[in-house]
Amino acid sequence: MSDRTNQSVTGVASTGNGRAAMLEVDGIHTYYGQIEALKGVSLNVRDGEIVTLIGGNGAGKTTTLRTISGLMHPRQGSIKLQGQVIDQMPAHDVVAQGISHSPEGRRIFPRMSVRENLELGAFLRKDRTEIQSDMDRVFELFPRLKERFGQTAGTMSGGEQQMLAIGRALMAKPKVLLLDEPSMGLAPLLVEQIFNIVQEINAQGTTILLVEQNALMALSVAHRGYVIETGNIVLHDDAKALQQNELVRKAYLGEE
Amino acid sequence: MEAFIQVLLTGLALGSVFALIALGYTLVYGIIELINFAHGDLFMLTSFAALTVLNLFDIGRSSPLGTKLVALFLALIVAMIFGAVVNVLIERIAYRRLRNAPRLTPLISAIGMSFILIQIGQTWKGPRPLDVPRPIANTNLFGALPFDVRFGLRDLVVIAVTIPILLGMQYIVTRTRIGKAMRATAQDRDASALMGININRTIAFAFLLGGALAGAAGVMYGQYTGTTDYLRGFETGLKAFTAAVLGGIGNLTGAVLGGILIGMVQALSDRYLSSSYTNAVIFAVLIIILVFRPSGLLGERTPDKA
Repeated sequence: MSDRTNQSVTGVASTGNGRAAMLEVDGIHTYYGQIEALKGVSLNVRDGEIVTLIGGNGAGKTTTLRTISGLMHPRQGSIKLQGQVIDQMPAHDVVAQGISHSPEGRRIFPRMSVRENLELGAFLRKDRTEIQSDMDRVFELFPRLKERFGQTAGTMSGGEQQMLAIGRALMAKPKVLLLDEPSMGLAPLLVEQIFNIVQEINAQGTTILLVEQNALMALSVAHRGYVIETGNIVLHDDAKALQQNELVRKAYLGEE
Repeated sequence: MEAFIQVLLTGLALGSVFALIALGYTLVYGIIELINFAHGDLFMLTSFAALTVLNLFDIGRSSPLGTKLVALFLALIVAMIFGAVVNVLIERIAYRRLRNAPRLTPLISAIGMSFILIQIGQTWKGPRPLDVPRPIANTNLFGALPFDVRFGLRDLVVIAVTIPILLGMQYIVTRTRIGKAMRATAQDRDASALMGININRTIAFAFLLGGALAGAAGVMYGQYTGTTDYLRGFETGLKAFTAAVLGGIGNLTGAVLGGILIGMVQALSDRYLSSSYTNAVIFAVLIIILVFRPSGLLGERTPDKA
């Protein structure tokens, strides 16, 4: 069943630039009850990369991220972080291993302040001074959050909430940051700003797996991309090549 | 006027006991949106645990004050630990596996648990009402004052024990790490797990806290009324639940406020109407308040979770 996708992964490795594997997803099958949402998804993310997973509604993008972060568990297949198997760990242990997930729909804590939200991002950390310096770093990336420091998060605009969701995920000091649709519902100018910051976060050393419906934007910042359709990876390549790929252009970039 | 002040003082002592129980309902509802119907019966069992401890001491009028205080303190500690442990077990056995089931399912499980606890109570201490030894005499503290208001030492003890417990609880929820985890879990369970919060442990902690508070209530109620029986949990639990709804279910301060309000209403009704009307009066107040404030006194109209 997963032969094809396994081959794909090897294929990608050969186009790689020699960096160490960070996240390896190998043939995972994830179910909602009896419904098979992921039918053997394989992908890998190397240290320092931005990899994007693009695809339409209901293709399995969010399920893939939820399975990686431990909110769901695959019935088959494996997920490894730096060689360590994490696919049966509960979500709170996966965070401790170094994967931080900014979920679909932002999911900030609406009745808490910006500060409390950010502090919760660092829930597992004990290093007070470093937490403070990471918070300062988040404020450098998102000066808006500093202005809103004491504000109740639920009363902020969608864009500000998205910034908070990303900032909160960064507070865990992750090795890998999972971003689910950071552009959803935002004005075009804001989308561009968010993607610039995604690149900046990456440049500062965080590996990123980015899930997007906005394929154009996602491919413009990513190093490599995977295309998912109804629970299967159907394409993978360098982001530049995918941007030129006819199938992608037709299906996701709105070209005829 | 004096009678009125008297009633308010009585209501305050009784109300603080309701507040302790109401907090258990509101804590659990706040975090998993379950009306824990077994909570009143847990309170009844803790009053039995306290009774068992108090009966170990042979307390009479002439017993030294030290012995009396030790007996009461020990009863409080044992009842609180007992309530906490039993409540955690209840969550583990009857609710945890149903956490993702349709809402009605754990509710039915809670009702079943309530019956089980009642049966345990009946088997443990029998069906008859029991006298609870009251080590502290109810000396009137206002006896020397020139007006006719009674405020017994026992009332003072009930309030003096309850208030620090309520404050401690407020501190835990707002200032500590586990308290922060509880508030986060109440707002968004998945997002909390993504922060590294152990959801199972956090929910168990809410039950632990609620159970300990029920334990304190079990002791204080026994001291206040001097009696308990295996069915006592139903009515008291229902009133405390009313208090929690009145204050705004899920809101801790609201539960305390609602508890004291219910205590006052009960005291007023007992004094000026008739104790046989009291339950009707309490629920009439509940209905009236909910008509005008459907989410309770301090309840927030929360936006949809998604």
